Amino acid sequence: MNYDQARFSRDDVYEPLLSEKDGREVDVDSSLPDDLTRDSVSLPSLSEPELARHYTRLSQMNYSVETGPYPLGSCTMKYNPSFIEDVAALPSGAVHPDRSGETVQGTLAVLHGLQEYLADIGGMDAVTLQPPAGAAGEFTGILVAQAYHEANDDDRSEVIIPASAHGTNFASAAMAGYEVVELPSGADGRVDLDALEAAVSEETAALMLTNPNTLGLFEREIRDIAETVHDAGGLLYYDGANLNALLGRARPGDMGFDIMHYNVHKTFATPHGGGGPGAGPVGVASDLAEFLPKPQVRKSDGGYELFDPERSIGKVHGTMGNWLVLVKAYAYISRLGDAGLRDASAKAVLNANYLASQLEYDIPYDPFHHEFAATAGDRDAADVAKRMLDYGVHPPTTKWPELVSEAMLTEPTEVENRSSLDDLAAAFNRALADDDETLANAPSRTTARRIDQVSAARNPRLSWHALEDDGGD
Amino acid sequence: MLDAVGVDAEDELFDIPDDVAFDGEFGISSKSEAQVRTEVEATLSRNHDLVEFLGRGHYDHYVPSLVSDLSRRSEFLTSYTQYQPEITQGFLQVLFEYQSFVVELTGLPVANCSMYDAATALAEAARLAGRVRQASGSTVIVPDHLHEGKAGVLDNYVEGAGLSVETYPMDDGAVDVDALSELVDDDTVMVYAESPTVHGVVEPSLGSIGSLAADNDALFCLGSDLLALALLEEPASVGADVVVGAADVLGLSTSYGMGLGLFATREEFLRQVPGRLVGASEDAAGKRAFTLTLQTREQHIRKERATSNICTNQAWVALRTAMHVASLGADGMVDLAEQCVTNARDLAAKLDEVVGVRAPVYDRHHFREFVAHTDQPAEAVASELESEGFAVHVVGEHRIQVCITETNAGHAEALVTAFEEAA
Repeated sequence: MNYDQARFSRDDVYEPLLSEKDGREVDVDSSLPDDLTRDSVSLPSLSEPELARHYTRLSQMNYSVETGPYPLGSCTMKYNPSFIEDVAALPSGAVHPDRSGETVQGTLAVLHGLQEYLADIGGMDAVTLQPPAGAAGEFTGILVAQAYHEANDDDRSEVIIPASAHGTNFASAAMAGYEVVELPSGADGRVDLDALEAAVSEETAALMLTNPNTLGLFEREIRDIAETVHDAGGLLYYDGANLNALLGRARPGDMGFDIMHYNVHKTFATPHGGGGPGAGPVGVASDLAEFLPKPQVRKSDGGYELFDPERSIGKVHGTMGNWLVLVKAYAYISRLGDAGLRDASAKAVLNANYLASQLEYDIPYDPFHHEFAATAGDRDAADVAKRMLDYGVHPPTTKWPELVSEAMLTEPTEVENRSSLDDLAAAFNRALADDDETLANAPSRTTARRIDQVSAARNPRLSWHALEDDGGD
Repeated sequence: MLDAVGVDAEDELFDIPDDVAFDGEFGISSKSEAQVRTEVEATLSRNHDLVEFLGRGHYDHYVPSLVSDLSRRSEFLTSYTQYQPEITQGFLQVLFEYQSFVVELTGLPVANCSMYDAATALAEAARLAGRVRQASGSTVIVPDHLHEGKAGVLDNYVEGAGLSVETYPMDDGAVDVDALSELVDDDTVMVYAESPTVHGVVEPSLGSIGSLAADNDALFCLGSDLLALALLEEPASVGADVVVGAADVLGLSTSYGMGLGLFATREEFLRQVPGRLVGASEDAAGKRAFTLTLQTREQHIRKERATSNICTNQAWVALRTAMHVASLGADGMVDLAEQCVTNARDLAAKLDEVVGVRAPVYDRHHFREFVAHTDQPAEAVASELESEGFAVHVVGEHRIQVCITETNAGHAEALVTAFEEAA
C-alpha cells in the first residue's frame, strides 16, 4: 500500500514537454503544387530511446487499476484480465470496415456472438454494437424511442430523468431534442411513485433509469414504475452503468425496460484507457428492433451477414463502432460464463458492504448493492479525497449524487480482496481524522501538489503553443 | 467478510424482489484463458486473408512498435479519466501534447483531446455551428460526395438541434464553387468541405470556400486527416473555423473502423467546444501542472445544457496517435505524407495503362487514393480481384476506388497484374 508516484523533477517541470526537448521546423517539400501545400511544419523530432523514456516516465506519473484500487462510484473501475489484450491484438482481427461480409466471417461471428451474449444478459431481444460509448448508447436509445413514437404517429416531447441520474442522461435526451423533466428522489433515495405519476403525461417519450440507482439501491417497485410509464404510452430506458451489480441476478428486460445500453468497458472488461475508448451497445425489446442503427449482423445460410433494419434510425458512428473494445468484451464474457458473471456480482456487492462496515463515515441510504454513498459530514468531501491521494489510493467519486451532502460515492468492485479493502478503509478513515489545514493543503506526497483549477479555466492554455505565447511558464 | 457484514451468504445482500429475480442461467459455459484465445483466434481466422487497397476514411499505416509497446503500459491502459489530476499528470501531459500536435497541424488554437471518429466529429461541428449561429440560420451544407457513414451520423446529430442538411455538387471530384455560392445564404450556419475528399482528391478551392462561408457569416468546417495535414495547406490559412476528421490514420490502423476524431477550432468558440480539454495550470508549489479544464461545458455540470454528451471518449487512442506523430517527427510526417501522394500517382499511372481501365477518373491531385474507371462492370472486376486476393471499393457502376499506403505498396505490381486479368 501507500503507493508513491514517480516525480522527475527539474527546476520548473516534472518531465519536459516534447516541444521543450526539440521543436524542429521543417520546410515542406512536395511534388504537389505550392498552392496546395503548406510551407513548413514544426514538430518535435526525437530519437526512439528519448521517446521511450519520455512515455515511460509519464506512465510512472499516472495512477491506474494496476497500481491500486479505484473505488469510483458509478464508474466501475475493475481489474481486467491481461489476456483480453492479446485477444484484441490478434492480427486476423485487423480488417478494414468496408470489407464485404463474405470476407470477414470471423469478425461478424464475434460481433454476432457478443450481440447474443448481451441480449441474454440484459433480457433483451436485439442488440446493436455501434454506439462508441455509454453516452452514445443513451443517445442511440433515445433516437430509437423517438423513431418508435414517430412510427406510431405519436409526437412526444419529454423525457423524465431522476435528479440523481448520470448527467449524460440529461445531455443525451436534450441532444435528441427532448425537454427534460427532472424527477425528485423519494425520502428512501428511490423513485417516488407519486412524483412519477405526477410527472408522466402524454408528452412522456421515455423514463431513463438505472437500477440499482446511483446510491446502489435497488428500485424494488420497478414493476410499478414500468407500468406507470407504459400506461402513459412512454418507454422505459435502462442506463447500464450499474449492471455489474446485477449480472445473472436480475435482467432489465424482465423488469419491464424496453431499451438499455451496456457500458461494456465497465461491466465486461476493457481497461478504461484514461478516458476511453468504451463501447455502449444498445439492447431493445422485439418491437423496437426494426429501428436499430444500420447495419446489424445476423445469421445467414452457413454464416453471418450484415443487413439494414427495416426502419433503422440510420448511423450513430461512421462504422460498426469500437471493434477492439467489443472483441475484449466478447472474450471476457466467454471466459467467465454464467458462474463467473454471477460470482462477479456477488463479490462486488459483498465488497461494497464489507468496505462500508469498516468505515467511520455515515452512510445514509441502504441496503445498497455494489456501491454506496458515504458522507464526509461537516468535512469537505473533495478535500478528504485529496488527502486520500497521500495515502496511496484513488479516492471515490465526490460530491455526487447531490442527494447526499459531501457525498463520497464508493464502488470497490469485485476485484479487491479483504486486505486491500482494509487498506482502503484505513485511507478513508485516516483522511477523515486529519485536521482541516492538512486536508486543505493535501495532497503533499503526489507527483503534483493541489492543482489550481480556477486559473486553468480563467486563462485557458490548451497547447504548448499557448505556453510559448505566455513567454513560457 | 460475511461475518463483518452480518450475513451467511452473499445472496442475502441482494435486495431484489422475487418477481424480477433471475436464476443466472444464460447457458454460457466458463472457459479457460487458453480456450478463449484459441477459440477467438480460430473464429477470426475465418476472415479471408486479402491485401486491402481500401481507404475512404480508414487507412492502414504502419504503426511503429514503440506505439504498440508503450501504449500498453498498464499505467496508461488501466487508468480512468483524469478527475484527480495530481495523480494523473502523465496521461494529462500526453493529451496536452496530443492537443498541441493538432494545433500545430491545423493552425487553429483550440483542439480537444478526442472525438469518437471523423463522422461524430463532423456532426458535433455542425451542432457547434448551430449554437453559435442559431440566430441567423439552420442549414448545414455538405458535399454530395460525403461518405455515407458521415452523412448518416450527421443527420442523426443535427435533427434534435433543429438543423437541416443540404448538399452541394462536386465538379470533376472537387468543389463546384459556383454551384456552392448559389446555395450559401443567410440561412447557412456551416459549409463543410474536405481535403483530401472521400475520393482522395486534394481540394484546390479551399480559400474560396472559406471566403464564401465568411461572407455569409457561416462557419467553414474543413474535413481532413492528421497525416494529410502535415503536407496540405494549413487549415487556418484557408479560413477554416473548425477542422474535423480522422486522427486514427496514425496510431490505430483500420481496426474494423474503430476511430479517433479530430476537433480543432478558433479561440472565439472555446466555450462551445464538445468533449474534453486539457489545460496547463500550476500546483500549490507553483510548478507547471496539467488538468482537465473548462468542465462547466460538460454534462456532469451543465447536464442538458452541456455542449455535448461526450463522457468516455477515445483518450487511449489519442495517446497512441500522439506517440505515432512523435515517432515520425517533423521529417517523418512530411515524408510519409509525400509518399502517399507519389504512391497514389504512380499506381494510378500504371492502372491507366491497363486496357479497359482509366485512372484517375478525376483530373486532380490525389492523396493516398483515387477513383478508376473500368469498362467492365465494377462489381465484376472487384469480385475477380477479390478472388485474386485483393480488396478494393466499388463506388459506381464502372468505378473502383483504390487506396495505397506504405503497407500495401509492395503489392502494387501484383494488383496491376490482377487488374490486367480482371478488367
